[in-house]
Amino acid sequence: MKIHLKVWRQKGPEDKGCMEDHTLDDVSSEMSFLEMMDVLNQKLIKEGHDPVTFDHDCREGICGSCSMVINGDPHGPQKATTTCQLHMRAFKDGETIYVEPWKAKAFPVIKDLMVDRSSFDRIQAAGGYVSVSTGNAPDANAIAIPKLTSDEAFLSATCIGCGACVAACKNASAMLFVSAKVSHLDLLPQGQEETHLRTQRMVAQMDEEGFGACTNTGSCSAACPKEIKLENIARMNRRYTGSQIKSS
Amino acid sequence: MNFDSHSPTGPIETSWERHKFDINLVNPSNKRKFDIIVVGTGLAGASASATLAELGYKVKSFTFHDSPRRAHSIAAQGGINAAKNYQNDGDSVKRLFYDTVKGGDFRSRESNVYRLSQVSNEIIDQCVAQGVPFARDYGGLLTNRSFGGAQVSRTFYARGQTGQQLLLGAYSAMMRQVDKGNIELHTRREMMDLVTINDQARGITVRNLVTGEIESHSAHAVLLASGGYGNVFYLSTNAKNSNCSALWRAHQKGAAFANPCYTQIHPTCIPVSGEYQSKLTLMSESLRNDGRVWVPEDKSDKRHPSEISDAQRDYYLERVYPSFGNLAPRDVASRQAKYRIDEGRGVGKTEKAVYLDFRDAITRLGENTIKERYGNLFQMYQKITGENPYKQPMRIYPAVHYTMGGLWVDYNLQSTIPGLHVLGEANFSDHGANRLGASALMQGLADGYFVIPATLGHYLASHSLQDVSLSHEAFKQSQEDVKQRLSAMLSNKGSKTVDEFHRELGLIMWEHVGMSRNAEGLKTAITQIQKLREEYEHQVLIPGDENFKNDELEKAARVQDFLELGELMALDALKREESCGGHFREEYQTADGEALRNDEEFCHSAAFTYDKGTGKASWTRHEEKLEFENVKLSTRSYK
Repeated sequence: MKIHLKVWRQKGPEDKGCMEDHTLDDVSSEMSFLEMMDVLNQKLIKEGHDPVTFDHDCREGICGSCSMVINGDPHGPQKATTTCQLHMRAFKDGETIYVEPWKAKAFPVIKDLMVDRSSFDRIQAAGGYVSVSTGNAPDANAIAIPKLTSDEAFLSATCIGCGACVAACKNASAMLFVSAKVSHLDLLPQGQEETHLRTQRMVAQMDEEGFGACTNTGSCSAACPKEIKLENIARMNRRYTGSQIKSS
Repeated sequence: MNFDSHSPTGPIETSWERHKFDINLVNPSNKRKFDIIVVGTGLAGASASATLAELGYKVKSFTFHDSPRRAHSIAAQGGINAAKNYQNDGDSVKRLFYDTVKGGDFRSRESNVYRLSQVSNEIIDQCVAQGVPFARDYGGLLTNRSFGGAQVSRTFYARGQTGQQLLLGAYSAMMRQVDKGNIELHTRREMMDLVTINDQARGITVRNLVTGEIESHSAHAVLLASGGYGNVFYLSTNAKNSNCSALWRAHQKGAAFANPCYTQIHPTCIPVSGEYQSKLTLMSESLRNDGRVWVPEDKSDKRHPSEISDAQRDYYLERVYPSFGNLAPRDVASRQAKYRIDEGRGVGKTEKAVYLDFRDAITRLGENTIKERYGNLFQMYQKITGENPYKQPMRIYPAVHYTMGGLWVDYNLQSTIPGLHVLGEANFSDHGANRLGASALMQGLADGYFVIPATLGHYLASHSLQDVSLSHEAFKQSQEDVKQRLSAMLSNKGSKTVDEFHRELGLIMWEHVGMSRNAEGLKTAITQIQKLREEYEHQVLIPGDENFKNDELEKAARVQDFLELGELMALDALKREESCGGHFREEYQTADGEALRNDEEFCHSAAFTYDKGTGKASWTRHEEKLEFENVKLSTRSYK
């Protein structure tokens, strides 16, 4: 198939950036989106141009590296699919595809389609853990955790930290990401001891990083490749309010 | 060179306890005086960083990813083994030890494997305490599944995302220490060189992947947890950026590389679909709990699988290995798939695949149960192939997945360079010639959470380590070497891209150093790789410059290292004139095509040292003899 691309090029954080046009004549529908980008890059190198920089690694939809806004949608048109798992059969022969980076103040562009998501690490460091040093653990079966609770926690823990939720949000809010982290531990007995402090600190760090406010439009959850539920946000808000009362 | 494993003598059951008592300790208040560099933030690296920081050491962690959480451990699917015996099915530390030694085809070190089995239980406790949501029964207790090469159910799992959940646990423990200021985190940094002073590992030289800047970092000890080298095959289930460079740079500085030829080919991966293919995707071994592997009886039978009756199918694993059936170990299952395809009974468009069929399990358990167990894997398969595995069997084919070889380490996980320790897939120690499923996560976490925190203290307490500053000549020299190497690569404007070279290397490796090997093919591979390396030096085309984000330059340095490693793998495979585990030499097989070991001559690990100052890549081969005092050397059979 023939594909026309409009790709965002930006030399560095200070560069203004612009869209660049490319056409690929021989794209197979079996290719993944990133393999199509590989083909483009090989062509650019051969022609003496700078290839397009983008984050990618596992190409199995789990590392959370890939981060492209495709035709306006983070990770492209397919539901519950990361860019690396998106295949060209989702597009039509002759189609024009727009490829852009995540756009958010808290995710500055490094180069082309690659952005800096270290803000997520700093939020994690602000409390996204259970304080249990190695060697302190009781037997794994010492506490029974109801299967449904554990399954619910798993569904929150499955977040890959890609940042599509932020990219999809008109306010560039990170509430879905942060609430998934908070919920995962808040749902489990192991996370109870620190749950108030954790919620407060992670929310404070999120604000400090410059993410926007949440207005409950739900575009984050719709764009999430792991289908993290909106309920997480409600749960975190509840916990946050509770922790404010507790600490006041 | 000394290849003494420093394993404790005496009864193996108590050797780890005795060893921990016998080795030297660092006083709690002195720990903060030691800087420790950890390269890699996968399961081994993250767990080591977190635990060492908890103990009070000053840790500096390095990863080429933008976040520690993206290391390739994240992609491990099926599970993690432990000898908890929660299922009351006769499991024990001894049985896990036995299965692992046998699974490794008697080419691993008994003492290391026994310790691994012992600490396996503590790993599960630790992970649960961190909030890892392992699968549970309705009673709220942990549940298990089975993996290849075992007749007990000892694998803990979190759907098909066990690696992700374990890594997030280790990552969160690590970020807690970042928050406390005990870990200095350096992301988007690639290790380019190991710095040794007085023959001790004292630091690393890294490239800042965003700015291109070359930086030096010093420490009292260096830990490499940089993963395996399966990407030497270009196509593998490894992540695109996984590479051997940290290991290779240390190897060139004197660390011996052991058993490089032991490569694990995983039987169940999604087959290649075209030339543009950039990587292969694994379908977890856990699927073989419920899926049945088959090919048509008749090679001319090209009908849709649903039209082929049971009588016209050959469930060959169940036929050849009645007691282990579809759960035969990986090396065995891969070889059998290859035989079927060589017989012309492969399926699908390319005829390079076999079926993995869930029809019977869905009939027996219902689609919902199957979805609960493997939902994300089925979804992944469907996304990649466009086919629905609930309705028709998966097409699968073996692919390179894991490398058992790595830098040689002793019982303390120390390499042949004092102060350089190697953890996880990067070392060679525990899996022998073949790794059993769900044992990689176990080993990575065992090394990081429990082994290195005990053994590193011994090194620090028993060596005099002078203070070194970054102005030391060795750091400057290393920076100079790295800069020179990169500019040399950039200056030759050839005509072939890095990827083209890498693919070519991959084809040579797969053809001659892959699932089955023979002397002639291995010699051909060595000649071809040398030629390719020669061409690479002059013909590689790298755009851009070194003082900036440059993906091609990053890849180019990695491929340059793979081009030497590939030759060493072929050399090791050529010298090992026997078949064992993942190393199958066609000349050495039984009448029914099983691996034929030669314990008389090859009951040892081969460790290679890089010959310095010869101006070209060459190696000296050494041996560490393996003694089997607790498991009787026997023919490995799964029939």
